[in-house]
Amino acid sequence: MTGQSSPAATAAAMISMVGVEKWYGDFKALTDIDLSVRTGEKIVLCGPSGSGKSTLIRCINHLEAYQKGEIRVDGILLGDSARTIDAIRREVGMVFQQFNLFPHMTVLENCMLAPMRSLRASKAEAEATARKLLARVKILEQADKYPAQLSGGQQQRVAIARALCMQPKVMLFDEPTSALDPEMVKEVLDTMIGLAEEGMTMICVTHEMGFARQVADRVIFMASGAIVEEAPPAEFFTRPRHERTRAFLGEILRTH
Amino acid sequence: MGSDEFLFLLAGLKWTVALSAVGFIGGGIAGLAVALARTSEYPLLERVTASYIALFQGTPLLMQLFVVYYGLALIGLKLDAWVAVSIGFTLHASAYLGEIWRGSIEAVPKGQTEAAKALSLNYVSRMKDVILPQAIRISLPATIGFLVQLIKGTSLAAIVGFTELTRAGNIISNQIFAPLLVFGIVGVLYFIMCWPLSLYGARLERQFAAASR
Ligand SMILES: Nc1ncnc2c1ncn2[C@@H]1O[C@H](COP(=O)(O)OP(=O)(O)OP(=O)(O)O)[C@@H](O)[C@H]1O
Ligand SMILES: [Mg+2]
Repeated sequence: MTGQSSPAATAAAMISMVGVEKWYGDFKALTDIDLSVRTGEKIVLCGPSGSGKSTLIRCINHLEAYQKGEIRVDGILLGDSARTIDAIRREVGMVFQQFNLFPHMTVLENCMLAPMRSLRASKAEAEATARKLLARVKILEQADKYPAQLSGGQQQRVAIARALCMQPKVMLFDEPTSALDPEMVKEVLDTMIGLAEEGMTMICVTHEMGFARQVADRVIFMASGAIVEEAPPAEFFTRPRHERTRAFLGEILRTH
Repeated sequence: MGSDEFLFLLAGLKWTVALSAVGFIGGGIAGLAVALARTSEYPLLERVTASYIALFQGTPLLMQLFVVYYGLALIGLKLDAWVAVSIGFTLHASAYLGEIWRGSIEAVPKGQTEAAKALSLNYVSRMKDVILPQAIRISLPATIGFLVQLIKGTSLAAIVGFTELTRAGNIISNQIFAPLLVFGIVGVLYFIMCWPLSLYGARLERQFAAASR
């Protein structure tokens, strides 16, 4: 049976990945991933392009299937059945690099759709939640606009509010500021910092090292589909153990 | 040409409109099913519908009408000409609209489906609320273009004895021996139906081009 609570051993972990492997055809994109994220913990995931960061977090909400190992979210084993996938997606919010707002819906409608469809919220409930969360990301006054009428930073804040409307227990961010003009990065990072301070469990793929220093409990460095190194930010940035981490940090700090 | 003859042409026009409407609506419903099957990510379903589309796109419409009309008669199903051409046009339109809409569904950025999945929307909601509203917009110019082709294509139904506008024109022209006049009027009637649609399609196309800039 899937979808049941896990044994007590993993009960403290909001997300646990054990021996996860993922192939795209013959190409192995994830190698033996072991990762356990406690409730309320903030993880920053970094690594060179193609190292498997997106693949890793996309496995957690089954945007990608994995072939080996086990992933659990809040005790639910992520199997192939539509039911467990759905159960996990209801607990896991995701924010994308390209925002992916629904262009034919207003900001408010973007935020109301999933609660009404997946959680069977009434229209009034969904709207109240949406307004509350739009206010929280400081964009309530744009509620009746369409995404194309907003700046990139505003769109990304709407995308965060839209994910939060599902009352997720975990938030995944895949390079949420990479597509933004520099002057808009801060407003999105500030929103994420606020979320972190409220205790959300988060995995953020980002190369914003200032954010990592300020927010992360652990920084994880990936290369070639494997986790190479993980450490609290103070240690990660000052005493990286692996040569590849040092090379990567050198590169990042030079270009950012 | 007297008013009786003209009324006869208008009766033919009525059948042209009716056949176009039936073909478009029936073909639209079946075409949506074809498009959804074609993008279903079930290999068998995709292959079957790909063949279906190829079959109808790769053969002349006239032959398709013959097959339905005479073919079904051959296996003992004697259909009224009206029913036979309706089936023929519905099948034909379902394949073309299915292919147009497949392309439109695939033209919606992949991130839309991913965002919808991440929000735990199920397949029905992903399609109905997120993908199809965008795909329909994308497909409108091509869909209208196909409707214009379909209206003109209904003239082929004359060959299996269905009295639509073209056949009505033929009959009148044989009665009053004024082919140029009669077919001139017939042409104008087709033009009045198709031209506004073409204009509308072109306008939508310009609008979308402007919006995506
Ligand atoms: N759909 C796919 N089919 C085949 N290979 C893929 C697919 N998606 C990703 N890959 C490959 O898997 C590897 C990991 O990709 P992934 O997108 O997870 O990297 P990433 O660390 O997120 O990189 P980036 O920083 O560029 O976003 C890459 O080598 C990529 O080419
Ligand atoms: Mg990536």
